[in-house]
Amino acid sequence: MSGVLQTMVLQGVGIGRGLAVGPILRMPEPLAEPGDEPSALAPDAEKVRVAGALAATAADIRLRGERAGGSAKDVLDAQAFMAEDPTLRDDVNARIDSGKTGERAVFEAFAAFRDLLVSMGGYMGERATDLDDVSQRVVAHLRGVPAPGVPDPDHPFVLIARDLAPADTALLDLDKVLALITSDGGPTSHTAILAREKAIVAIVGAVGALDLPDGETVIVDASRGVVTVAPSDEERAAAEATIAARAAVADVPIGPGALADGTPVPLLANLGSVDKLAEAIEKGAEGVGLFRTEFLFLDSEHAPTIAEQQAKYTALLQGFAGKKVVVRALDAGADKPLSFLNDEPEENPALGLRGLRALRAHEVILRDQLTALANAAADTTAELWVMAPMVSTVEETRYFVALARELGIKTAGVMVEVPASALLADRILADADFASIGTNDLTQYTLAADRLLGSVASFQDPWHPAVLRLVGEVGRAGAALGKPVGICGEAAADPMLAVVLVGLGATSLSMSPAALADVRAELARFTRAQAQEFAELALSANSAVEARAAVLSAATPLTTQPTESE
Amino acid sequence: MAERTVTIASAHGLHARPASLFVQAVNAAGIPVELTKGEKTLNAASILGVISLGIEHGDQVTLRAEGDGADAVLDQLAALLTTDHDA
Repeated sequence: MSGVLQTMVLQGVGIGRGLAVGPILRMPEPLAEPGDEPSALAPDAEKVRVAGALAATAADIRLRGERAGGSAKDVLDAQAFMAEDPTLRDDVNARIDSGKTGERAVFEAFAAFRDLLVSMGGYMGERATDLDDVSQRVVAHLRGVPAPGVPDPDHPFVLIARDLAPADTALLDLDKVLALITSDGGPTSHTAILAREKAIVAIVGAVGALDLPDGETVIVDASRGVVTVAPSDEERAAAEATIAARAAVADVPIGPGALADGTPVPLLANLGSVDKLAEAIEKGAEGVGLFRTEFLFLDSEHAPTIAEQQAKYTALLQGFAGKKVVVRALDAGADKPLSFLNDEPEENPALGLRGLRALRAHEVILRDQLTALANAAADTTAELWVMAPMVSTVEETRYFVALARELGIKTAGVMVEVPASALLADRILADADFASIGTNDLTQYTLAADRLLGSVASFQDPWHPAVLRLVGEVGRAGAALGKPVGICGEAAADPMLAVVLVGLGATSLSMSPAALADVRAELARFTRAQAQEFAELALSANSAVEARAAVLSAATPLTTQPTESE
Repeated sequence: MAERTVTIASAHGLHARPASLFVQAVNAAGIPVELTKGEKTLNAASILGVISLGIEHGDQVTLRAEGDGADAVLDQLAALLTTDHDA
């Protein structure tokens, strides 16, 4: 069937930056709705059938959970409880008592709960897919047909679905599934979360994807969120060349990050615990650009002591002897509250007492942490920098820097996540030793779009010119004052955007270690002048989509023929 | 009748994983437990019931149980609800 369509593109939200080419296959259509004819069996016989099907389905889902492990197991365990739910079983039995078949009773009872969840909206609505999946599996069991699931052809394919249930994504055969495309679902859907975790090329929310015929060839470009349907031979060849080039990049020897003209751009790692230290070093991290300290405080009812903290910090700093390690002071509140720090429930925690605001309200916790950090630095040769989270004003900057100096921290800076501190970066950097831009929160606050909410996901794009202009303000202030400006959000892990950020004045980039190789390779392709030219192109665009397209098109002739740009 | 009123600690409330952990603990307890939020009271062993209460971070809920070991069971469940599982 390949080649029956005109070349066309679908736009969705890309997860990660992967690229894939292949024939598509759709998830089988859901089972037909069970008919509402009266049951030929006695109610008690129907109830026995249903009880067996519910138990078998729960056992099957648990088994899938065991095999998948990780966060997939948690999600699947929750689904197993849905199949065993006593309230649901009562509802099913009541429907059977009114004369319905087991299939129909199961279908109606699950649908009633599903509608309830959907009517609650937001995070609840996204759980509705879980319930539909369990319902289908139970009905399939009652009918004695295979449970609906991922197709299993004998060749690699691109899977298309409305939205994948956790039971499906957990067991994808990664040797065969080249990419995932969903027509529904946002970046917080299970499909997106699991695709990210397993590094599957994925685009979610690609409207129209379900209308594509099986077997048609597509190019899935997650970095742009674009699905190219029935590509020309040239497009296909270019995509395959890029895939091969990226595979080759992984073999490029590790070295310090730098632009093509030799301008150094240190590439650092974002770490949340000391466990990932070895991986970061192996992938060539030149230091740590963001060490999150929340792990020391979570799951505890009291803040850890100075001695407990110092031991952990010493282990971290010893791992990066002689290198830079930027530690962020405890960033609690909003999406990660702590009982001893965030005492009052807030209507709108992202705008509440979080970050440095919360620490300041409990200064002893901040003092202990800074003391433990200073002690650990004194014992090791790593170059310790400490920064305060969620700083909004010059006054807060002065408070933090003064306290850090008093407690023996040599280099004290601030995170720029709030537009106010980006706009006044020249004043803030006059006091702070450095700034580090948290692009996730900066995007959330600039576009007023909750990071965790799928319904506003399209606003959550760090390519937005408004976000980039704020980054540029900080970059300009840093250059004028001779102060370093780092990036430590997801944006730094997007190779093309990383080049733009350097063009806007970022002096170092910090990211999850898995992204280091791609970013290192991309930086090496362009000079500082080119990076600045790309930054201008992005700033003059009207939207994130336009900014990305403008930069990619300016860079493409250079990326496909790297020899001409050198 | 033993009773505990607690404030939910998990950042995203009692959805998905925290709800699953809670229901698992209720089922393991082996005695009927009721969960009340506002006007609504339901069987705490029902994950769909628990999810459909729409319990958010900071909400107050009440647990009730009767019979042998009810106090110990409620203490354990209360501790679960006042721990942040989304961290």
